[in-house]
Amino acid sequence: MTHRALTALGLLALATPAFAQDELNALVWCDHTDPALIAPFEAKYGVKVNLKEYEGTAAGLAILDQSQPGDWDVLVIDAVDVPRAVAAGKLAEIPADQLPTADFFPELVMAANNVVDGKTYAVTEKFGYNTISYDKTKVDPADMEDMAALTSGKYDGKTGIYDYYLPLLGLVALGQGINTADITAENLGQLQDPLMALRKASTLVADVVSSQTALATGEVDIIVGGGEWLTAVLAAENPNLDWTIPKQGGLRWAQSIGVVAGTAKPDLALAFVQYIVSPEGQAALAQSSCYWGMPANTKAGDILSPEAKAVLRWDQQPEFLARAQLYPIPDAATDTAMQDLWTAMLNK
Amino acid sequence: MTLQRAERRLGWGLAAPALLWTLAFFVLPFLAMVVLSFAHMEGRQVVQGLDPGNYIRAFTDWSQLNALINSVEITLTVTVISVVLAWPLAAIIAWRVPPRFQRLALLLAVLPFWTSYVVRSYSWLLVLGKNGVINQALMGLGVIAEPLALASTRSATVIGFVHFFVMLLTLTIYANLIQLSPNYARAAQDLGAGRWATFRHVILPLTLPGVVTGAFLTFVLCIGDYITPQILGGNNELTLPQLIMLQMGRSGNFPMASALSVVLMAVVTLAYAGCSRWLRLDRI
Repeated sequence: MTHRALTALGLLALATPAFAQDELNALVWCDHTDPALIAPFEAKYGVKVNLKEYEGTAAGLAILDQSQPGDWDVLVIDAVDVPRAVAAGKLAEIPADQLPTADFFPELVMAANNVVDGKTYAVTEKFGYNTISYDKTKVDPADMEDMAALTSGKYDGKTGIYDYYLPLLGLVALGQGINTADITAENLGQLQDPLMALRKASTLVADVVSSQTALATGEVDIIVGGGEWLTAVLAAENPNLDWTIPKQGGLRWAQSIGVVAGTAKPDLALAFVQYIVSPEGQAALAQSSCYWGMPANTKAGDILSPEAKAVLRWDQQPEFLARAQLYPIPDAATDTAMQDLWTAMLNK
Repeated sequence: MTLQRAERRLGWGLAAPALLWTLAFFVLPFLAMVVLSFAHMEGRQVVQGLDPGNYIRAFTDWSQLNALINSVEITLTVTVISVVLAWPLAAIIAWRVPPRFQRLALLLAVLPFWTSYVVRSYSWLLVLGKNGVINQALMGLGVIAEPLALASTRSATVIGFVHFFVMLLTLTIYANLIQLSPNYARAAQDLGAGRWATFRHVILPLTLPGVVTGAFLTFVLCIGDYITPQILGGNNELTLPQLIMLQMGRSGNFPMASALSVVLMAVVTLAYAGCSRWLRLDRI
């Protein structure tokens, strides 16, 4: 076989997911790539789980659009986008009676999102908050209870913004007294000035890793849009990092997991989903090396250490859940308008 | 005649794999991208057509146009600074370092290429940060009382780029310099030219192919780079590659991303046209 043919075969192998019977192909977020989460499932079922990270629902759906049925078996997706994936025919129905949702925090069952026309297509696996993360030795924690402090001038140049338009515009909307569910293309204009004011006070707009780096190195003292997902993984090294939900409220993020429509391994895919929402899978997912987050299954609390539960603010969840709103779920026109506003903000 | 035909066939046969590769993986994808750039989005659906709207938006929507302007400004700044720094470095290696140590000197010059591009960018973030080496040193020496805002700025992006491209330019200029016979300079000086006049009228023009080739490569690689401005720029100003990534990864607007990519290629083509007169790949 020629060198060129070998190279072509190598490239082909890199470009396509594996199809062997003992492999499972999952489109996931980075928290699922932690070996501590995946290895127990692989050992139990004697399979190899191939993981591909993606960022943003649009990118995930685009990957599925470009794939053949059967290429992918499992999909992790923003919980609020499950109906969108179902409408696009990307998720298969899964048996609700084989999922431990009775053990979930009631707010995290999220039937309005995971169930479409009476059929369950996904199950919530992890959640947390987009609020305000800060270094409590550098800022006055009392100030962090009011979003207005961020643009008061006191913290100019010490603030960073998490680079994701949905939660940030949601937070800005809460600051203006607009519920996230009420954001439309028409009232988006009301968010422009407060968003630009926040931008003016900020030093950077950063993705997950850059936000963690900026807070950890002291480049900024506050990350707007942060939360336990940002500070928990850094807590052991820097216990001064903290987060809170200001009086205006915060946003609750939630991710769901489902079986991809057309999978050739529906049983194995369902077993993976069941493992992820089991207490053991939930505890490992909650403490993933990429980012931490609250498990949807309360039974994970029996496995998590007291220290981990303290970092996750386990005992304060009832209060936090009551004060947090879900991500905005914009229609196509509103989504485009929100992204245009965000792009304009980036190019201030 | 038959021999000529056979040689011609052999030539085409040898070139065919490269031509097919270029056709399959550059020409056809590029044409597909051009076609897609004239489509538009309706919801999540791409609607094919001959709609110039994406191009009109690229040049009339300030947030889109600004990204292009930022990219060109940063790239020109990086190219000029890199040339100014690389020329003397290459000259020192070629003319001052003894020949037996030149290979070692070049090896040291290209060491930064051996590290991951991403790791190198994050390293600069730590150097330039508020608690980074530079600010700590300046504050320790009493030069400044408060840390300077160096990271997450355009300057940080330029520094990250220059660190990389000075090495590239040093190689291309060095390759040009060592081909120059010292007799050129001697002849100029014999004819009464001073050191500056010799450099300006003899040496510099003779090294232009190496300089322009390196500068062009710097321009191409810099204007299309996404990683460095993303990590070091703090998203404080978007460059064109960042905007393309936003359109693809976040908006799923592939027609707009295609149009911006075509614009990017047009800028590179203009740069090529501008310096093609001096581009001499055979001189490096």
